[in-house]
Amino acid sequence: MHNPQLNKDGQLIHLLSTEGLPRAVLTQILDTAESFMEVSAREVKKVPLLRGKSIFNLFFENSTRTRTTFEIAAKRLSADVINLDINKSSTAKGETLLDTIDNLCAMDANLFVVRHASSGAPYLIAEHLQRIGRDDIHVVNAGDGRHAHPTQGLLDMYTIRHYKKDFTQLRVAIVGDILHSRVARSDIHALTTLGVPEVRAIGPETLLPKHLDKLGVHVFHNMEEGLKDCDVVIMLRLQNERMNGALLPSAGEYFRHYGLTPQKLALAKPDAIVMHPGPMNRGVEIHSAVADGPQAVILPQVTFGIAVRMAVMGIVAGN
Amino acid sequence: MSNLIPLPDAEAQCRQLAELIRPQLAKNPALVGIFSGGAWIAERLKQLLGLSEEIGLIDVSFYRDDFSAKGLHPQCRPTVIPFDVEGRHIILVDDVLYTGRTTRAAINELFDYGRPAAVELAVLADRGGRELPVAATWGAWEVTLEAGQNLVLARDDHGQLAWRLENA
Repeated sequence: MHNPQLNKDGQLIHLLSTEGLPRAVLTQILDTAESFMEVSAREVKKVPLLRGKSIFNLFFENSTRTRTTFEIAAKRLSADVINLDINKSSTAKGETLLDTIDNLCAMDANLFVVRHASSGAPYLIAEHLQRIGRDDIHVVNAGDGRHAHPTQGLLDMYTIRHYKKDFTQLRVAIVGDILHSRVARSDIHALTTLGVPEVRAIGPETLLPKHLDKLGVHVFHNMEEGLKDCDVVIMLRLQNERMNGALLPSAGEYFRHYGLTPQKLALAKPDAIVMHPGPMNRGVEIHSAVADGPQAVILPQVTFGIAVRMAVMGIVAGN
Repeated sequence: MSNLIPLPDAEAQCRQLAELIRPQLAKNPALVGIFSGGAWIAERLKQLLGLSEEIGLIDVSFYRDDFSAKGLHPQCRPTVIPFDVEGRHIILVDDVLYTGRTTRAAINELFDYGRPAAVELAVLADRGGRELPVAATWGAWEVTLEAGQNLVLARDDHGQLAWRLENA
């Protein structure tokens, strides 16, 4: 099957999704990120790898953290970074997505980092670039609709590998609104490819997609049962609009059933780590005592995210 | 015919290199090995010279000048400099000195850690073919090879270093 993310030699040219990426490519990204972690610990947090390259951050949907970490990552690679706040620019004047892309290509862009509310938008751009013969321009998906958020998935894998070393002995639980979560989808594909034997999805029936079992995921509606003996707990953000959309009764009710409290966390393994892609809703999906507790690795995730994004941009820009 | 050149004992060359460096010990030098061969040699020099300080390790992947042509090396390792570079007397260690481009990249990387008092270069083999004004301070072996030949340092399971000649 044709995978638009890979060239004919199997090298990564775009990062659109963790789905369909071979284990060797995922491992290469994680290994390279480890080298970039060292760069971020230096006095001079910069390497000349992408000097002279122009990276355009195209955020058609708001995001502060992801855009900032992509910007820091690009700057640490010595690239020139241009942030486009598309909400306020040409799209608002009626320009199509691909016209915007053509214009940015004419400005000698080398790499697009794309966040879009529509699933598949980064694919559309990657295919367009191929069609117009610009295989020197690369696309990194920074989150598209409900579909994928591959750099978040990869930074989650980096975090798990950092604390747990070996993927092949782990029980990993993902808790919350998996139905609307591109992070969950990217995590599940990456975890499976990297050889995690047991991935669990925990949440109310209204927030879990059907057919999760086809991805090899074990489904739990009872959090106490689902957390039992887990090595890794990935909490997802509960978006406020879900409350209004009649999928859930109330934030308080949700917290009672699916909020991660110290009592519930005690059911997981004693050395289990707690992850969250941020931004957190304290008192909705996670108790402050857990978020600030010794098992939380939520802030290290942010730091790892910069190194992972440096690795992804460094790899695709060179292929 | 240079396929038949005799390959010298790399371990003996390490001892030779150590003796060349020994007079410098008064300057309290710090060893930095370039991955992977240079790192093995630096480790060996540390033992032979009886140095207690951990050696530095450099992977020049992020500083190479052929990124546009070749991309990022698929197996890069973290650079580790466990001492303060500022004001130190640094001895860069590599296995083979050829075009000088790796040395250039390593010096650039080193300077991102601080301003060393001096940087010197110790190599096991110098095969000529320089494309940059780079010279080794100490070398154990000068050898002429054909352009298609690769001189490769290998380390066996017992940690012993040995040369191998490969035809590209």
